[in-house]
Amino acid sequence: MSEELFKAMAQSIIDGDSEEADRLARLAIEQGIDPLEAINKGFVVGVNHVGNEFSCGNAFLPELVMAGEAMKAAVAALEPEMARRGTAREVLGKVVLATIHGDIHDIGKTLVGTMLSAAGFQVFDLGVDVPVETIVQKAREVGADIVGVSALLTTTMVRQRDVVEALDDLGMRPKVKIMVGGAPVTREWVQEIGADGYSEDAIGAVQVARRLVSDARATSAA
Amino acid sequence: MARSIKSITNPKLSLNILDPQEVQRIHTATLDVIENVGVRFPSKRALDIWAAHGATVDWETQIVKAPGYLIEEALKKAPPAYALAARDPAQDLPLDGNHVFVGTDGCGVEVIDIHSGERRRSCLQDVVEIARVADYLEEVGFHWVAVSAQDKPPHTRGLHELKAIWDNSTKHAQTESIYSEKEARAAIEMAAVIAGGREALRKRPVLSIMQCTAPPLGHDGGSLDAALIGAEAGVPVGFMTMAACLTTGPATLAGNLVVGNAEVISATALIQLAYPGAPVFYAAAQTASDLRTGAYTGGGPEDYLFGAATNVLSDFYNIPLSMGSFATGAKEPNWQAGVDNSLSTFMACVVMSDMLLGVGFLHGSRIWSYAQMLLDCEIFSIIHKMMQGIVVDDETLALEAIRAVGPGGNFLKQKHTLRHMREIFLPQFMDRRPYNEWQEKGDGPADWALAKARQILESHQPDLLDARTSAELQAIIQSVE
Repeated sequence: MSEELFKAMAQSIIDGDSEEADRLARLAIEQGIDPLEAINKGFVVGVNHVGNEFSCGNAFLPELVMAGEAMKAAVAALEPEMARRGTAREVLGKVVLATIHGDIHDIGKTLVGTMLSAAGFQVFDLGVDVPVETIVQKAREVGADIVGVSALLTTTMVRQRDVVEALDDLGMRPKVKIMVGGAPVTREWVQEIGADGYSEDAIGAVQVARRLVSDARATSAA
Repeated sequence: MARSIKSITNPKLSLNILDPQEVQRIHTATLDVIENVGVRFPSKRALDIWAAHGATVDWETQIVKAPGYLIEEALKKAPPAYALAARDPAQDLPLDGNHVFVGTDGCGVEVIDIHSGERRRSCLQDVVEIARVADYLEEVGFHWVAVSAQDKPPHTRGLHELKAIWDNSTKHAQTESIYSEKEARAAIEMAAVIAGGREALRKRPVLSIMQCTAPPLGHDGGSLDAALIGAEAGVPVGFMTMAACLTTGPATLAGNLVVGNAEVISATALIQLAYPGAPVFYAAAQTASDLRTGAYTGGGPEDYLFGAATNVLSDFYNIPLSMGSFATGAKEPNWQAGVDNSLSTFMACVVMSDMLLGVGFLHGSRIWSYAQMLLDCEIFSIIHKMMQGIVVDDETLALEAIRAVGPGGNFLKQKHTLRHMREIFLPQFMDRRPYNEWQEKGDGPADWALAKARQILESHQPDLLDARTSAELQAIIQSVE
């Protein structure tokens, strides 16, 4: 019986249907299904399917985003039960995201947030026009693995360097990795300010984030 | 020496892209959005103006909901035609619906170095050099700040860029890189120095200001404040939407036009409420986001259709249009760049958009390429020629010459041929050589375009701004630095 429920869960993600995903998650709790099992055998199967379809060129960005939103809804519904059972979903890493002070451009950063959380990162999105101190404070508070800073203007992009320097000054690096993004950001800029990674789009950002956390684990293991 | 400017005028071609009922539906939908969904104006000054005119202002979210009649009445106050003034009055640009002028694109962050060919970060010297080349080219009617002077402090960068343009060119400067009230005030002061005082500037605006909206349905506070400062001084201001299907706008083209239109006309109405009769223009560079990455594309059929449709909207509101064309997403001057920039520019020209932005960029307006600049100019020249259409009269029907040649023979020796041969377009950068020659030399259009740009930069002597005036501009910059 739960096999059918798992299948429906995967389908709700594939359909990008947040309400259905939420409903199925609650149903699973009612039926006493382990939330981690619901995630891993049900919802994640859908996420992987959409991811594969996307890689083959059969699915497009809006479908990825909707699948990500549905996944978020499912996990949110399951969280209280996970807390009650004292279990937690394994997260790939914690990411603090923000568009830098003086800049109100939202969409790229938000898209990166959606993609990262769909991929299994825990994302703390601080919004737009965020002062350097607020970003740093949040990173410290949650024990972030990655800080992501977005800027669309060349005049605000320069403040990405301030974030790098602030994290340096506080001795939070190299443990905390820094990703920067936005239309004016180039590889050369990333190197110059000493950030750890960048991507020109949200899909690429997930790959960079995965690489950064796995590199960090490898380093700390060694 | 100042050179003449090439513009499209008295066109013979035309295009019907939206009929009057369709335009009316877009307009009605737009007013519905402004009245019921609202537009965000994150500026105290802007919100005060809206509130004083009876719009509903949510001070918390900074969202304004304005009734349709308020928008319509405000827009009626906008002047339908005016001229962008140049340092050299012979280069003034009438925005009268019967001219299409091209500017340099902006504001990029990297430059393919004209000498080394390396891609590197842009600096003030690039603004200087691009201005000098643009000053020479007859296809370029006015300047945008082509690239960002990243070696100058962010809070006065836009002023250094403007000074570099005025120092090195007599053509009109339209800045798209001033985003704060303080910088705008200084820019107006600088423009007044060039024009010969504040009243002279009002009559002869040697500066115009373009601000980007923040789609969907939002604006940037600093941009709004800067635009209001410009309008107060009588300098033309415009708001550009770059709403993109899928991400910052709906997936459908009509819906994307509605979102962009709501941004542009709400901000334009704000300017008219604050300063009735201030010269304004509509600006747009809509496109569709890439289906796979969501990235800005700078091309594709949707982009080209927007290029033509937007002028119908700006005509409906009876204000000039600054339209994003060119701006290919290609990484080098290649097939994609040719397709993107030809089609987007043709579509914007055939409906007689007043200003086109602009020449010179690769990678979606990020990387400046002198080769692309010259190739884009040639695209404009080709379209310029096409817009003249086919003239049919006794002389062009050429019956006399046809009779003289008869069946067989050729027209090379005909006086009629001599009279008209120079009307045939002669490209600078099309490869029409024999195959063998191409094979031996292995060069091509991008190489020739780059060589031409180098030659212009080396040899062109613009009418430089006199040292005293230039020093005055410098002093204004220093006073806010």
